[in-house]
Amino acid sequence: MILFIEQVLNGLQYGAFLFLLASGLTLVFGIMGVINLTHGTFYMIGAYCGALTVASTGSFFMGLLAAMAGAGLYGLLVESTVVRWLYNRDHLYQVLATLGLILFTNEAVTLIVGRSPIFMNIPPFLEGSVTLFPGLAYPLMRLALIVVGLAVAFGLWLLVNHTRFGMLMRAGADDRQMVDALGVNMRRLYMSVFGLGAILCGLAGVMAAPLLAVEIAMGERILITTFVVIVIGGVGSIRGAFVGAMLVGMVDSLGRAYVPQIFTALLPYSVADTLAAGLVSASIYVLMALVLLVRPYGLFPARS
Amino acid sequence: MSKFDRFTLTGIVMLVLLIAAPFVVAQTGWHGGLPLLTRIVIYALAVVSLDLIIGYGALVSFGHAMFFSVGGYMVAVLAYHTNMGDTIFGWEGTNSALVLWPLALLACALLGLVIGYLALKTRGVQFIMITLAFAQMVYFILVSLQYYGGDDGLMMDMRNTMPGIDLDDPFAFYYLALGLLVLWVLFCRFIVNSRFGMVFQGLRQSERRAVNLGVNPLPFRLAAFVISAVGTGLAGVLWANYAEFVTPDMATWAKSGEFMAIVTLGGLGTLLGPIAGAAAFIGLEQILTIWTEHWMIVMGPILVLIALFGQQGMLGRFLKGGRHD
Repeated sequence: MILFIEQVLNGLQYGAFLFLLASGLTLVFGIMGVINLTHGTFYMIGAYCGALTVASTGSFFMGLLAAMAGAGLYGLLVESTVVRWLYNRDHLYQVLATLGLILFTNEAVTLIVGRSPIFMNIPPFLEGSVTLFPGLAYPLMRLALIVVGLAVAFGLWLLVNHTRFGMLMRAGADDRQMVDALGVNMRRLYMSVFGLGAILCGLAGVMAAPLLAVEIAMGERILITTFVVIVIGGVGSIRGAFVGAMLVGMVDSLGRAYVPQIFTALLPYSVADTLAAGLVSASIYVLMALVLLVRPYGLFPARS
Repeated sequence: MSKFDRFTLTGIVMLVLLIAAPFVVAQTGWHGGLPLLTRIVIYALAVVSLDLIIGYGALVSFGHAMFFSVGGYMVAVLAYHTNMGDTIFGWEGTNSALVLWPLALLACALLGLVIGYLALKTRGVQFIMITLAFAQMVYFILVSLQYYGGDDGLMMDMRNTMPGIDLDDPFAFYYLALGLLVLWVLFCRFIVNSRFGMVFQGLRQSERRAVNLGVNPLPFRLAAFVISAVGTGLAGVLWANYAEFVTPDMATWAKSGEFMAIVTLGGLGTLLGPIAGAAAFIGLEQILTIWTEHWMIVMGPILVLIALFGQQGMLGRFLKGGRHD
């Protein structure tokens, strides 16, 4: 039972982390209609900025700021140099251009920082673990990720549903020309949304950095998972991104914990081992396939 | 000049160049030349297949590398069993191309059928992401196949055997690949101009109109997707024989992206353009890798430029006769 609760918490933590990335990606797609592969790159930039700043200043808050600023600025640079010209273009060109940006950025970061991974320490005030109840001590850093994820979810909900900015975002997603004609500066609106998405990537990057190695290809690995999240949830929907992130988080963490056990109980070891390993890493894609069989446009389609 | 004439003319020029190229390269004494040409022809096979669905059907598949890898793994794995002397599903495997290649293509067709059926329930960006996710699924399965080398991939002891053709002879292998490419382009050309192809293209222009005419879109799109999967699978089969080595890298999304870039570079919806695209892309890659190990820093911006300014591709404007459709 304790193990189960721990796995659920792990799932929640992974889900919260995925939400930080998925919310930005889905906003950018839902509002601007741009499929942006560089989203994972912003996350990587955030993690590098955070880790390098913490290494040189020793302050986690400086790292946090650097990560969000670095990812946000790089996001704005990408928007104004490349993505801006692709809003009304076919998705194919958006994919190609942002793929090119990934290759470029990865190589540029390699040239600047080198190929070997960087490690970042857990900040002192988040070290150790708290006893949630007798028998279950949970690492504070992971709890912090859950809290941050939930706080961002709440903040985004407020922003989208209860502010003028959110109202414009929703209106712009529905009918760009109309909102433009009403005198709203769409270019600035798009830049803000894109920048916001990138800043959230930076936040995800610096929060995840102490839990894993900061390295070149980290963005792509998580990008595909993020795609799975928003496909399951329904592309363009914040609520969908939240539900999708939690589902993927749970399936991944429970799958890792229980699939090998179940398989070894049922099958000879040599077969079970291979099959379980394959199924665990593919489990979220299986989940996605199942969801799509029933609901091709995800659980909460943003536009019908 | 009519559109048809331009296609035939371009096709003949390309064919003459590709037939003559090995002799020209042999004159220079450059050992890397024939392998480079072989890579170009194999890639061309894959990207012509991808052009069939992207260029004519606006179905942007971001997961076509999975068919490339499945084709390759089928031949490598079955040949491996023969050489190891153990069985797979009670069968000792074989190294005969006449058995392995059709089997590999059949596997790609079945995989294409299942994945196409699921993915084609959607359109646009959903389709892009779903094909991508399925390709990832295949990638992770290949990585987890510890018995077949897992991450490290699987070495083939020798190329497959084919009666009458020595696949180990680089010249024979190149011309076999070229012959298959020619046949495949002609087949795709036939498909595109057939009634089936007309409906398929009509669906891209206006799905609603086609539906109102009583057409059910799914079978048309699915059939085109499966044909495209088989062509890409054949490229994978040839690649495995060329490299004598298969790895999960064949299924990565970067590979799928590379295929898409080559199609766009050459000219969408032209079938011949992508062949020129393959030559340009692989040639450029070769030059850049000689120049610097950080060649991605140049290739990346080139992709961005293709996307921003190269909508017609290298041959799109010419082959489409300057018309937009």
